[in-house]
Amino acid sequence: MDTRVLKKKLGLKERYAAMTRGLGWQTTYQPMDKVFPYDTYEGIKIHDWDKWEDPFRLTMDAYWKYQGEKERKLYAVIDAFAQNNGQLGVTDARYVNALKLFIQGVTPLEYYAHRGFAHTGRAFRGEGARVACQMQSIDELRHYQTETHAISHYNKYFNGMHHSNHWFDRVWYLSVPKSFFEDAVSAGPFEFLTSVSFSFEYVLTNLLFVPFMSGAAHNGDMSTVTFGFSAQSDESRHMTLGIECIKFMLEQDPGNVPIVQRWIDKWFWRGYRLLTLVAMMQDYMLPKRVMSWKEAWEMYAESNGGALFKDLARYGIREPLGWKDACEGKDHISHQAWNTFYNYNAAAPFHTWVPSDEEMAWLSEKYPESFDKYHRPRLEHFREQQQAGNRFYNKTLPMLCTTCQIPMLFTEPGDPTKICYRESDWRGNKYHFCSDHCKGIFDFEPEKFVQSWLPVHQIYQGHCFKSDVDPTKEGFDPLLAVLDYYEMNVGRDNFDFEGSEDQKNFAAWRGETKQGDRT
Amino acid sequence: MSVAALKDYDFPAKDVRENFPAPLLYIGWEDHLLFCAPFCLPLPPDMPFGALPTAVLPGVYGWHPDFAKIDWAQVQWFKSGRPWQPDPAKSLADNGLTHKDVIRFRTPGLNGIQGSFS
Repeated sequence: MDTRVLKKKLGLKERYAAMTRGLGWQTTYQPMDKVFPYDTYEGIKIHDWDKWEDPFRLTMDAYWKYQGEKERKLYAVIDAFAQNNGQLGVTDARYVNALKLFIQGVTPLEYYAHRGFAHTGRAFRGEGARVACQMQSIDELRHYQTETHAISHYNKYFNGMHHSNHWFDRVWYLSVPKSFFEDAVSAGPFEFLTSVSFSFEYVLTNLLFVPFMSGAAHNGDMSTVTFGFSAQSDESRHMTLGIECIKFMLEQDPGNVPIVQRWIDKWFWRGYRLLTLVAMMQDYMLPKRVMSWKEAWEMYAESNGGALFKDLARYGIREPLGWKDACEGKDHISHQAWNTFYNYNAAAPFHTWVPSDEEMAWLSEKYPESFDKYHRPRLEHFREQQQAGNRFYNKTLPMLCTTCQIPMLFTEPGDPTKICYRESDWRGNKYHFCSDHCKGIFDFEPEKFVQSWLPVHQIYQGHCFKSDVDPTKEGFDPLLAVLDYYEMNVGRDNFDFEGSEDQKNFAAWRGETKQGDRT
Repeated sequence: MSVAALKDYDFPAKDVRENFPAPLLYIGWEDHLLFCAPFCLPLPPDMPFGALPTAVLPGVYGWHPDFAKIDWAQVQWFKSGRPWQPDPAKSLADNGLTHKDVIRFRTPGLNGIQGSFS
């Protein structure tokens, strides 16, 4: 018989080293630079990849175990929610429109993040960074799936969720999150980490998840809350990757500082613009309010973010260029965005409405400087006209910002009565922007942004009709043709909440004759 | 600056004039943010500028109660933010408007619903 070899059990630290750093090697028959061509061309210099630290020391085997446990708990709650007809317990059918926005605009980003991290992980020659990216890539795929499963229950009962993947690639406002992520995934690996891991996950993610998840809790949506809990421990790992990656780049070479600063400037602003959707959701779409966008911004951005940039000052990093303008916007952007969707609700597969008197009183209280002066008169006029049978639907296509792709709805910093217009000339063409910062992003990389797929321009170029449509035929209605290309159910997915199928169904299911009596 | 890339980075611009049936004109009405953003319209370059207030803008802005009150002789025009005097008898092209120009108009005395700039 062979002598039994004593199996030495590895300590935690050795185990971590073996399961991460031990997985890499120096190539011999091809140069490392050829195997990893992407981690140098952005100009970031790394001298010692071993300085990369992973504070969680999570290895793949442990990862599967943890995630598997969370998964089991989550699906037990989702099943119970479905069996108990949990959808009937939400505050009001208007709440479900926040979920529509989530499944349409946020969930597809999880999938993009999954792809982005898979690609980025492959690009790094350092094993620590590679393993962290691999885990995040799998997390993001899991989030995409669990969100889809959690919300699919609502899809059985409500409109506006049945075609979210199809819409993501076509519908005008979804080009905002889509172009954000395509800009990130088509950048180099270090810029990708700065954009998604740092600027989005570390600086801004609380502003996305806290409002949605606590909004869900306040409005009786336990299935979404449970998803939020299940994702939370992943999110803290993602945030750690974000800050770790920034510090690593800054510590490795002083030449990295200006590059990283420029990325922070760019991606803070792009992330902030994307969050406009969340601002409006928070102030207008939750029947039971949690906190205003302005309060959330002050808590999560101004105080937490302010402390972060103070901390990074020792590396030579200052707060992002757009910081002050973003703080100034906290009084305005939610109202301006809601007005935009109220305007264009014929072309958006969720419902909008004029807030009730009680809700307007809440908005006046939360926005004493701006709501009564600039926004209430418009909303009251809308309501009056709607009651007279003249609900406003804007049918002319808007001018878009070339960079963030949002309609030009933002006003001049310091003057909420004037739309902010900026423009650049490049190679004999004009390009327009909503702000100094979107213009600055374009001016630095015009070759990239001249390729922007701007929905309004694409419609006018004839690219947003189905292939068998003949635009020269008499009686051709371009708007209806576009909605057909979107595969929206006109009259069910779109238009005002008042009179919608969602409103009627929900009232009938709850045994109420009239629901949402709000005026 | 330009895009950092491993190979030549040069791709066609998506929104050049040739890709549209007519040049685009962006139009904004100052102090009327009920219309959430300026508009984008493909307009024939030989259309007289004077047709804008009579044939084009009523369909775009007519829902607003201020629109019917506009005295077009008093309207102030701006091109790329600077004061500008278009000639209503001349065509858009002869007024110097080209693809993706942005014009705005102010209607003195009309400041939106209850003076809210909306």
